[in-house]
Amino acid sequence: MICQGCGQKPATLHFTKILNGQKTEFHLCENCAREKGELLPGGSNGFSIHNLLSGLLNFEPNPSYGEATSYHQLQCKTCGLTYSQFTKGGRFGCSDCYSYFKHQLDPLFRRIHGNTSHSGKVPARSGGAIKLKRELEKLKQELQQSIAREEFERAAQLRDRIRDLEKNISQDHL
Amino acid sequence: MDLQKFINNAVSNWMSGEGEASDIVISSRIRLARNIKSLPFPFLATDSQAEEVLQKIEHILKSAKFDEKLELIKMEELTPLEKRVLVEKHLISPNLASESRKGAVILSDDESISIMINEEDHLRIQCLFPGLQLKEAKKLSDKIDDIFEEHLNYAFDEQRGFLTCCPTNAGTGLRASVMMHLPALVITQQINRILSAINQVGLVVRGLYGEGSEAMGNLFQISNQITLGQSEDEIVDNLYSVVKQIIEHERQARKNLMENSGLHIRDRIFRSYGILSYARVMESKEASQRLSDVRLGIDLGMIKNVSPTVLNELMIMIQPGFLQQYAGGILSPEQRDERRAKLIRERLQMENMN
Repeated sequence: MICQGCGQKPATLHFTKILNGQKTEFHLCENCAREKGELLPGGSNGFSIHNLLSGLLNFEPNPSYGEATSYHQLQCKTCGLTYSQFTKGGRFGCSDCYSYFKHQLDPLFRRIHGNTSHSGKVPARSGGAIKLKRELEKLKQELQQSIAREEFERAAQLRDRIRDLEKNISQDHL
Repeated sequence: MDLQKFINNAVSNWMSGEGEASDIVISSRIRLARNIKSLPFPFLATDSQAEEVLQKIEHILKSAKFDEKLELIKMEELTPLEKRVLVEKHLISPNLASESRKGAVILSDDESISIMINEEDHLRIQCLFPGLQLKEAKKLSDKIDDIFEEHLNYAFDEQRGFLTCCPTNAGTGLRASVMMHLPALVITQQINRILSAINQVGLVVRGLYGEGSEAMGNLFQISNQITLGQSEDEIVDNLYSVVKQIIEHERQARKNLMENSGLHIRDRIFRSYGILSYARVMESKEASQRLSDVRLGIDLGMIKNVSPTVLNELMIMIQPGFLQQYAGGILSPEQRDERRAKLIRERLQMENMN
């Protein structure tokens, strides 16, 4: 079969499009298909990561939600995206969706990343309080270790640093 | 436009052929996805909200202290062809070029920094370096990220990290990728075994233009899949060590090829060089394959009068956007095949004159 685009090369790609019940067939060579954008990398006709995700998202509802609050009725109050839309599109509408869909997300993140919580960079400003909290946890662990090793001088230093840090945190109302 | 001027315009820093293992690793890229708290992600944003994002970023660009000279280019100011050229140079995504509203890109002079605005996320900070320079690219992207963070309230959550539009980017928002030229592993048919091993350690392999594109000219892009639960350094170290191993495999395969079928490899390489030097019509698939052969010939010391960076350049310049940019107008696929052959011939002749 000859390509319908250039009428010269053999057609190697065959598409069927159904739009409003109207079926159209295309037989194109690779060049013409690219030209028409059917094969353009990342083009809207291509199979995208979001299509794939929507498959991952349609899993069983969390049992802690009764039948009355079906998980499909969940909605982000900030941007209005429903959980049902999220499962179809595979994209969050805004950062608050992460809180509104919180209870549904652990299985999803486990499937994608094999993990549910972040252990990387904490931004200085937006994560200031978190940074202090993480530092505090680290110091408390060190304190326990130095007590166990009977390094009391070091333990006293750590205790003072923990007190300072806790004072900072409470002053900042964090 | 004369060829030399066109080449000067076409070449980005990442094509310069510098950096560790540049005989096998073409480029290293780090991308950070970031969003502004309290504004919907670009696909849901109204025009005025998207404009707000753009204005905030423009303001930071003017007021903050960046070491590099950065310039903001709005997508609406570019012709479709100019956008396509930026995609082919890997400076913007096809998505930003075709679908974004109020989309823009910030570029540094040498194009090693490109920051997309209003793509899938509000901000996508990218640093692209030649050769294996993942750690350097990470350091630079981290620095730029810190500067933006001084002026913006990022969407960040203690448990989920940086909050991104797509759940596949949440956590660090970091995608590290390395573009590798692996002809010997392809010729010796070891590539599939290696690629499936790569998939098992949380890394993914893609073609030259990312998601959904095939591997052209034996070029493979390897990147991390996991962004949540691993730190930035772990992600980069993991990719770095896998890439180092692939480099070793490729080097070994090249050595074996030379020892066991030197004559056939030599024949294949010089045939490709001959065809590239004299052909009058050249489709992009064939061009990529022949360029890959010549590049291998240079790396193996068989072809001495062509600089390896020419191949990095040509891989980009033979793409449809560049060909049309050079021709100064829209070309049909047949015209492009002719122009492509001509451009390669002229470019290789220039090398011989040097």
